Amino acid sequence: MKTKSSSGDAPGKPSAQVTRQQVEDFLYEEAALLDAWRLDDWLTLLTDDAIYNVPSNDRPDADSKDTLFIIADDIRRIRARVTRLKDKSAHAEYPPSRTRRMISNVRIVSRSGLSLRVEANFSVHRFRRNEGIRAYVGHYRYELRVEGSKLKIAKREAIIDAMELGSMGSVSFIL
Amino acid sequence: MNDRPFVINEPEAMRFQVNRVTLVDPQVLELERRRVFDVCWIYVGHESEVRAPGDFKTRIVCDRPVIFCRDSRNRARVFLNTCRHRGSIVCRESEGNAKSHTCFYHGWSYNRDGELDGVPGQDAFPPSFKKSDFGLKEPPQVASYRGFVFLNFDPNAMPLEQYLAGAKEYIDLIIDQSPSGQMEVIQGVQDYDIRANWKLLAENSFDDYHLLSVHGSWLNYLKNSGVEMKRPEKGHLLPAHGVGKVLGNGHGCTDNVNFRGRPVARWIPIYGEAAKPEIERIRAELVARLGEERASRVADTNRNLLIFPNLFLNDGSSVTIRTFYPLGPDRMRVLAWALGPKEESPTARAVRLDSFLTFYGPGGFATPDDIEVLESVQAGLSTHREVPWSEVTRGMAKEGEQLNTDEPHLRGFWIQWDKLMRGERPS
Repeated sequence: MKTKSSSGDAPGKPSAQVTRQQVEDFLYEEAALLDAWRLDDWLTLLTDDAIYNVPSNDRPDADSKDTLFIIADDIRRIRARVTRLKDKSAHAEYPPSRTRRMISNVRIVSRSGLSLRVEANFSVHRFRRNEGIRAYVGHYRYELRVEGSKLKIAKREAIIDAMELGSMGSVSFIL
Repeated sequence: MNDRPFVINEPEAMRFQVNRVTLVDPQVLELERRRVFDVCWIYVGHESEVRAPGDFKTRIVCDRPVIFCRDSRNRARVFLNTCRHRGSIVCRESEGNAKSHTCFYHGWSYNRDGELDGVPGQDAFPPSFKKSDFGLKEPPQVASYRGFVFLNFDPNAMPLEQYLAGAKEYIDLIIDQSPSGQMEVIQGVQDYDIRANWKLLAENSFDDYHLLSVHGSWLNYLKNSGVEMKRPEKGHLLPAHGVGKVLGNGHGCTDNVNFRGRPVARWIPIYGEAAKPEIERIRAELVARLGEERASRVADTNRNLLIFPNLFLNDGSSVTIRTFYPLGPDRMRVLAWALGPKEESPTARAVRLDSFLTFYGPGGFATPDDIEVLESVQAGLSTHREVPWSEVTRGMAKEGEQLNTDEPHLRGFWIQWDKLMRGERPS
């Protein structure tokens, strides 16, 4: 993609030039990396101040500063999460689950300077040996940022539709 | 059910074994629903979850739908959530505030005090029909201790405070974290299933023997984050000293010197430099209010407390209320909340919640591996006919103190469970 300038509110507003198709390509690429467990490559898609949240099912719109979430990671803990997931003693994901992500209904909901807010639906199936399929259905709220010629993830929130986590059990992989 | 004994407890022979049939058999589950869950004090909720008259939460406690609420005089109440007319669930919302609850089947409505105050077409009922006979039913007993509300389906059960026995002291240690003596449940519930027998989580929640093998990746996370961890002393498996304790009526706990950081009040690098002055301020308040010794007891030890049979107050990386119910012999529903001092500053609250997620919960760095190991145990238990016994003898040969990695507290759980399953009552 072309960006005129790397500064925040420079004329031309780089985020204004990002198309939905580019966003979709980016999200599909992210999904492919996660499904392939290429977690180090996935980390390169994140900004240095990235946030990854999974709110509790009963408070999907809350703030993790005053509400108990399932996951509320800053970039340090995202990196620690990846380190952990690569460790054989992260038993919940060893052997690793197979996952398959369906991303759809991708919408750019707002743009500001270098940032754009994007929402998308997801359906993620998780498979483990001798276990039933676990289905995670919901929507993502992304804050994407234009960095140079690339899109990066500044914030990703996975909001699960189910009223409770219930039979999904845990969110031990990157949702 | 012909597989008794369920528990072999022979201290002289240093023998303590649990029959694995107790973890797989649907008939055992039916019996424990009547003989364990229906005679013990069972946790419903915390008073802070409902604050004003009409506030309510609906829950399922021991398979019964209940309304946990504040009545017109702002007292915490528990009603069985079933219409006195034909039985439908009366309140179908999970939470809110209401002047009344109306059953949507025939429109009977109940006020905040559970009284029936609206019956459409009442004139067609016989003259003997009195609305005052048809208020929402309450469980036979409801009582609270320091904000924690319990019910008991046994009208003859001993009073709650007597039942709590030695566990009271450990609840008090949690409450002392608040300058006003008021802890509150923080919004957001973790609500998830584990495909395992509920008693496995009772064991696991205060079994420190598994810490190194199951939670190695969490310990690595602490180390990589700059948390200081000493080499275990001789005879110890963990970086700090800790004991296992039996507290009466099946209750028990681990009582450990803290090494993992605590929002009240021991800073670790994971909390970030910016939070350091706030944690130090909390520490100073604690010392000023409680004195050095008690403050240290509150802040420098962490304790996983079982209130028999299905409530844990884990005061570790944060405070969590964790309760769980069997959905089947090989499945349970877990509910977990975070608890914090009512007057906590926004900074301290954020640290508390962040610290919670380093370990606890279905997305934490430890709980998912606990879920995994319990499901792995349950899968292994399919061999219970060929391999009928589980071994629970750690620490049995020791005189006096037993460590957190020993199993006196686990044995205490099983001894009480076995006693109740033989038809005895808590005494």
